[in-house]
Amino acid sequence: MFIAKFILKRIAAFGKYLELMGRTFSVPERMRMFGKQYLREMEQLGVDSIGIVLLISFFIGAVICIQIKLNIQSPWMPAFTTGYTTREIMVLEFSSSIMCLILAGKVGSNIASEIGTMRVTQQIDALEIMGVNSASFLILPKIMGLMTMIPFLVIFSIAAGFIGAYATALAGIITPDDLTVGLLHAFNPWFVWMSIIKSVCFAFIIASVSSSYGYNVRGGSFDVGKASTNAVVSSSMLILFADIFLTQLLS
Amino acid sequence: MIELKHLYKSFEDKDVLMDINAVFENGKTNLIIGQSGSGKTVLMKNIVGLFEPTKGEILYDGRDFVKMSKRERVMLRREMGMIFQSAALFDSMTVLENVMFPLDMFSDQNEADRIRRAKFCLDRVNLQGAEAKMPGEISGGMQKRVAIARAIALNPQYLFCDEPNSGLDPKTSLVIDELIHSITHEYQMTTIMNTHDMNSVMGIGENIIYIHEGTVGWTGTKDEIMTSTNEKLNSFIFASDLFRKIKEANQEP
Repeated sequence: MFIAKFILKRIAAFGKYLELMGRTFSVPERMRMFGKQYLREMEQLGVDSIGIVLLISFFIGAVICIQIKLNIQSPWMPAFTTGYTTREIMVLEFSSSIMCLILAGKVGSNIASEIGTMRVTQQIDALEIMGVNSASFLILPKIMGLMTMIPFLVIFSIAAGFIGAYATALAGIITPDDLTVGLLHAFNPWFVWMSIIKSVCFAFIIASVSSSYGYNVRGGSFDVGKASTNAVVSSSMLILFADIFLTQLLS
Repeated sequence: MIELKHLYKSFEDKDVLMDINAVFENGKTNLIIGQSGSGKTVLMKNIVGLFEPTKGEILYDGRDFVKMSKRERVMLRREMGMIFQSAALFDSMTVLENVMFPLDMFSDQNEADRIRRAKFCLDRVNLQGAEAKMPGEISGGMQKRVAIARAIALNPQYLFCDEPNSGLDPKTSLVIDELIHSITHEYQMTTIMNTHDMNSVMGIGENIIYIHEGTVGWTGTKDEIMTSTNEKLNSFIFASDLFRKIKEANQEP
């Protein structure tokens, strides 16, 4: 009984999500206003996330390099192993999937709480009364903005990870030459594209799921907080499931 | 003019509005009054289309809102302005941007004209010098005035006010009431105001509809209220000592 209720609730929520997306993906009423919102969202969701992306990627790149060098590298392995493994981890998983999981926390909660607050303070009702398609006006620029900015964040993350790895070379953990050889060894550019394609899909999940939680809030500030938490949890779960599917599909 | 004919609204098993018939006249401030929980907010939300009525007709100058297509509703909504209880200003925009918003969305005027119109509306509500401020930086009364300016920016034919005096001191409430009343007459709009502020009722109530337990309990004007013999209405209106004394004073020979 409990399981049946749970499944029905999930199906209803999915139906609500699809309905909202149907309203979201309509031609904007005023391209001028859409353009303004789109630029604003690119700045708020993308540009404002560059700092945290660079910081985390730098340290993770450095830590991966140290861990591989100290725990896996052995005289039986080629000297480029550390650089090679660091590159593969950064490009294939960290800069797309793990970075998007981190962004689901930062950006997802921001989106859900912003739209949720607009709902409980009747700002969305005000848009509706004016005859504005509130879903399209509020959500579409967020989805498009994040999907536009995410490839840049992935590239920045990969670059920052490599810089982090080179920083360990400065500390004498690995020689810069070995690291460079490893980073360039058997490089397949498709892996970067794969990472970018995955991250664009994850960006859609983060922006659309979080917007849906915010848009459907009923109640007050407590409910906005709850929606914000649920948005992060659901986006993260969906990213993990989608990661398995996309990795299998694109590899 | 807005007419309601046999309007019903239920939520699952609960009937909230039952057989509401009312006429809201053009160029008058029409008030919907009633106790908390009587159904007046639900009625307002049905009229503006935030809720769908279970059955009945909502006629905007003869055009049935219930039967309209989505597109027709969007077009009609451009003739509406609404002032919310919480003002509902967009908090990421300045005061001027808030007032300009409906113009930016629906007007074909150039930017200079849109700014001119927005400033005119702000002047009309006696709010100068606050254009660059954010909604969080101005008082509740000023926020309501910005909401009025935004609501009239597109010259609406229908103005809806959901408890506009909520949270305001009596003096500011009077200013807001007078502003809504004078704008209604100036632009010959059909204004519907949801309130349980008795000062508003006695001050600007040209056509009053009293909602009691989801039905129309009484209709009339502010002058007729003083002489009404409707017990339910009297127990609501004259609940405070002050209004009871005013009524007694009026009845003394």
